[in-house]
Amino acid sequence: MSANGKTLFEKVWEAHSVRRLPNGQTQLFIGTHLIHEVTSPQAFAMLRELGLGVRFPHRTFATVDHIVPTDERNEPFADPLADEMIKAIRKNCRDFGITYFDIASGHQGIIHIVGPEQGITQPGTTIACGDSHTSTHGAFGAVAFGIGTSQVRDILATQTMALSPLKVRRLNVSGRLGPGVYSKDVILHIIRTLGVNGGTGFAYEYGGDVFDGFSMEDRMTVCNMSIEGGARVGYVNPDEKTFAYLKGRPHAPKGADWDRAVARWRAVASDPGCHYDDVVEFRAEEIRPTVTWGINPGQAVFIDETIPRPDGVPAAERASVEEALAHMKLRAGQPVRGIPINVAFLGSCTNGRFNDFVEVARHLKGRKVAPGVRAIAVPGSQAVGRLLAEKGIDRVFRDAGFDWRDAGCSMCLAMNPDKLVGDELCASSSNRNFKGRQGSPTGRTILMSPLMVAAAAITGEVSDAREVFQTP
Amino acid sequence: MPLQKISQVVGRCVPIPGDDIDTDRIIPARFMKCVTFDGLGEYMFYDVRFDEARRPRPHPLNDPRFAGASILLSGNNFGCGSSREHAPQAIRRAGFGAIVAEGFAEIFFGNSTTLGMPCVSASRADIASIATIVQADPSKELTIDLRQKSLAIGGMTFPLDIRESARAALLAGEWDPIAQLLDGATDVDRVAASLPYVQAPAH
Ligand code: SF4
Repeated sequence: MSANGKTLFEKVWEAHSVRRLPNGQTQLFIGTHLIHEVTSPQAFAMLRELGLGVRFPHRTFATVDHIVPTDERNEPFADPLADEMIKAIRKNCRDFGITYFDIASGHQGIIHIVGPEQGITQPGTTIACGDSHTSTHGAFGAVAFGIGTSQVRDILATQTMALSPLKVRRLNVSGRLGPGVYSKDVILHIIRTLGVNGGTGFAYEYGGDVFDGFSMEDRMTVCNMSIEGGARVGYVNPDEKTFAYLKGRPHAPKGADWDRAVARWRAVASDPGCHYDDVVEFRAEEIRPTVTWGINPGQAVFIDETIPRPDGVPAAERASVEEALAHMKLRAGQPVRGIPINVAFLGSCTNGRFNDFVEVARHLKGRKVAPGVRAIAVPGSQAVGRLLAEKGIDRVFRDAGFDWRDAGCSMCLAMNPDKLVGDELCASSSNRNFKGRQGSPTGRTILMSPLMVAAAAITGEVSDAREVFQTP
Repeated sequence: MPLQKISQVVGRCVPIPGDDIDTDRIIPARFMKCVTFDGLGEYMFYDVRFDEARRPRPHPLNDPRFAGASILLSGNNFGCGSSREHAPQAIRRAGFGAIVAEGFAEIFFGNSTTLGMPCVSASRADIASIATIVQADPSKELTIDLRQKSLAIGGMTFPLDIRESARAALLAGEWDPIAQLLDGATDVDRVAASLPYVQAPAH
């Protein structure tokens, strides 16, 4: 902590610190708790076992995203286990008086998309959810943690959890991104540069020209993948864009409360001249469209590069490069451009927002998905899907040959029927390319921006969207 | 509910080499369709242990020499990826009491500690030495001593590292923080009252 001021992280941490625990950790108040069907039922079971209730039920918000089918939504679901899970969350929310955005409400969706669009995600707050991509909410200047199920239990029971403070690393991206380069490329580039565990022990504070210029959606895309770089928390200081996004949302403050809230939100941003534990600088001009070639999000290259050779990387990484090449069935030294794909997936909490589909549709109009490619587009929430349909944007995708779906996590982790088959290769706008992530143990995933997914869908191979769509 | 004080874990090891072993690999998502953690143990590392026809593949966890091992040895950034507690739960329920690796992803580390399953770090070279001993004689037991911060096997000792707060909690039998968190109720109410957004009525 410095005499010159504090970071947002420090301010939020201090405002939410309850007390110091005997082991030196902090008991931290979690103002906003988000739950979904996969990591919460066990927590409710533990709660019942301990005879505990939910301490602040109005501060927990729930939806169903991971297991919901995106095509046939009538209950009971074809998968009895999925059906049991949706019934469990419905019952738990009813029993404990928790706000639940069910499918019938029209507000269901991926929890990290629902929180912001409902105005539940707010600057200066602490947020936790039993999901590692909770870092997404940091785009609003919240300190948002992914947690395990035992901590879900802790928060339900006490609205707090035990935590050690993080160091803060400031990441500046200065300059201007070239055409066809998106927020997804920025975060893939950051992870590639700093490594998949480079952020361990840190909260990432993103800033600089590029973030100032970014929409809230873009900021969410970057914060979302902080965890893929090992940083449990990622955030952007709140500014006018943040406030404009939140204004009028169902759970945002209203009237005089709104003005007071905005004053608080302005004050919570990191002070100019505050001390950071580390600062890393990036130049926007150096970032080109980026795709992964391996089995973790750090194994990525620019679209015009070739796949690394095991003998060209430090000895410690050699085994993982070899393992990745074997799983991906790719050759060292091969250009990434031109790798044939079988599936194209647009969606997820990384890139399943309104702007993502609008941007793709702008270029996709009049084009067709390549024969033999299975392409699916999955809006991140019912609200996103509705808005896109109102604007006729779903038509662009359908006409191009995309399967247009209802809201959910879908093929991001394939807990619902949307899965890769065998060793199919998927161009995906999601956030993880781990072995087996998309539902088939031998399935292969290449992460990229939504427009790059569209380019791959049209050409049937990993392509440079700037050429396919002739962005200058 | 007094918890066990954990100062030592003693057991045979199974080396699972590799860096960045993610929680999707530890427990594939399809096995998370469950409303309790019971029975997760048998699906630990399922997709690397079994092929698509459910036939066992060559994998240390299928190797009879390592049957009954209760300490897992691995590389760097173990447990990265998804926050799913299903991963440490699966490892625990498969009979493991501790993990030794070069490094751990943060959420996984916290989840494991809360289950009373210590995650301790050691250098790459030391882990390789332990693995060599174990490969030569899988019956050799490793002693993880949290008090001494050491790993001992076959007459050799190596230093271990573990976050101090986790070590303190394990030694004190306070690795599950729920009781202490409940104790803080008055302070919790004070903090809640100081936060305007918490006070705002839900819609
Ligand atoms: S979209 Fe993917 S990463 Fe996001 S919450 Fe769902 S499963 Fe997790």
